[in-house]
Amino acid sequence: MNLQGKQVTLHDMSLRDGMHAKRHQISVDQMVAIAKGMDEAGMPLIEVTHGDGLGGASVNYGFPAHSDEEYLNAVIPQMKNAKISALLLPGIGTVDHLKMARDCGVSTIRVATHCTEADVSEQHIGMAAKMGMDTVGFLMMAHMVEPEKILEQARLMVDYGANCIYATDSAGYMLPDDVSARIGLLKAELPSNIEIGFHGHHNLGMGIANSLAAIEAGATRIDGSVAGLGAGAGNTPLEVFCAVLDRMQVTTGIDLYKIMDVAEDLVVPMMDQPIRVDRDALTLGYAGVYSSFLLFAQRAEKKYGIQARDILVELGRRGTVGGQEDMIEDLALTMAKQKQAQGAK
Amino acid sequence: MSKKLKAIIIGPGNIGTDLLMKMQRSEWIEPVWMVGIDPESEGLKRAATMGIKTCATGVDGVLPYVIEDDIRVAFDATSAYVHAENSRKLNELGVIMIDLTPAAIGPYCVPPVNLTDHAKNLEMNVNMVTCGGQATIPMVAAVSRVQPVSYGEIIATVSSRSVGPGTRQNIDEFTRTTASAVEKVGGAKQGKAIIIINPAEPPLMMRDTIHCLTESEPDQAAITESVHAMVKEVQKYVPGYRLVNGPVFDGNRVSCFMEVEGLGDFLPKYAGNLDIMTAAGLRTAEMFAEEAANGVITLPARG
Repeated sequence: MNLQGKQVTLHDMSLRDGMHAKRHQISVDQMVAIAKGMDEAGMPLIEVTHGDGLGGASVNYGFPAHSDEEYLNAVIPQMKNAKISALLLPGIGTVDHLKMARDCGVSTIRVATHCTEADVSEQHIGMAAKMGMDTVGFLMMAHMVEPEKILEQARLMVDYGANCIYATDSAGYMLPDDVSARIGLLKAELPSNIEIGFHGHHNLGMGIANSLAAIEAGATRIDGSVAGLGAGAGNTPLEVFCAVLDRMQVTTGIDLYKIMDVAEDLVVPMMDQPIRVDRDALTLGYAGVYSSFLLFAQRAEKKYGIQARDILVELGRRGTVGGQEDMIEDLALTMAKQKQAQGAK
Repeated sequence: MSKKLKAIIIGPGNIGTDLLMKMQRSEWIEPVWMVGIDPESEGLKRAATMGIKTCATGVDGVLPYVIEDDIRVAFDATSAYVHAENSRKLNELGVIMIDLTPAAIGPYCVPPVNLTDHAKNLEMNVNMVTCGGQATIPMVAAVSRVQPVSYGEIIATVSSRSVGPGTRQNIDEFTRTTASAVEKVGGAKQGKAIIIINPAEPPLMMRDTIHCLTESEPDQAAITESVHAMVKEVQKYVPGYRLVNGPVFDGNRVSCFMEVEGLGDFLPKYAGNLDIMTAAGLRTAEMFAEEAANGVITLPARG
């Protein structure tokens, strides 16, 4: 693969997707320190939000240590060069949250929908574009449908005003060819001024390989997270990816040693558990299940005695999509009842 | 004189047609007119074949017949944008308006929780909140009538096929209206609503999760009894309303997991979210009719 001379914008997820792995409990001090470290290292774009986006604070997804507003107000004034982005899932957050984020100084808004439901994003994408923000349409669980469907949905988001479209591997299910097919079609068919992005999860250990395939197919924005801190087995580990891109002579503008140090000195020490491909994270990737379900399924295992792996496989079989965290406890209760009934026979 | 109240349905789409089919079985409400704006629309043609008078010139076209046909109740299944005008014109003629749009110019109505009050007060416009609100607010109320609820959160998951373009274009309206009704009708001090659209095939049945945080330790026995009683109340008009799991107690959290299967009249059974709206709307009109027949309320006088 020859990517020599290409330029990509890396986008860090450790302070948003990483919130899943931290049960949304990252402190303001930790957030500021990590963001400053990344800014210093040359990271151009950093996402700061509840793991489930603006307005995600809930029983369903978890109450965060601080509100989105508090995190954004603490981080943004400290940034010298890095821009801050925020995620918004229509159905969870509203345009009121969007306006709040803009008022805090967020420059990039990423409006995320399931890969077949882009038409719920019209209000939010339209508003962000109207306010002159860098507006991204973020199609989640993109492995679940064919590339043609992704393109159709991407076109809707472009019509609403998005200037960048992501194919998002929320389950860490895709293999490099799956990525190439989706990114390649978006690149070929969308207007040339629309940027294409890829967001991976490392559940099958494919974060780096898939991100390279995305660049080769035309993506110019790649998500990852420092030390991989993210849902499931984490996102594409950015310090590793930076080293790989450096060797492939792709320009990122990031200082490799500095980003390594942020990973090692700041992010790894705050992890509650190692971010690795354990059997449950592997099941997410293998069965195509939304990555943030991981800790919920593990908690349900502890509470109801049903293996997290069995819960996750069943969630995959039922075609569960992002945001359906409430299904996990419901399903575990039902499976526990069935187990009890079988035991009684 | 028939005890039935005569009704018009505005909006011959999926909701309007499903409502018409349910109304044809009602002991209290008699559908007379279906009102649309397109003479070629499938919905108007269907209504005509079902023996209903149709009007293709909007609410204005039916106004001259309101008194003549003794229309007493109207169901608006159009959009928030035109509802206010529809309501004003019909209210002026003494017609009670059941609002199935998100306009919410009248008070929210969730039948087992506050319909009796609205009927007694002869509210001339009541709003049916949202599908997610109809499916979940009874459960919030079932907890809050036992003890104070500081926070109520509902998650409605609906099949992609059952969500129309209106809801999609203004999904924020769903979250805002539902959250507000979780507070005002459900009795939670703070409300939050989340909607998830799932495209799985075959389509999944509507499911809803309700989390309440009680101010003090939950009285498990009393809440469990209250929840089961409330489920029975909803089942009177939506037989497919089921408590799948719960109430589950975890500290001060009380959680219920529901499934809503529709009757499958015009809308498929999985679209319990649409069914619960039409059923609740009809139930509301029926209560007004019952109270009028029992002499509890007096409908606006007509010459």
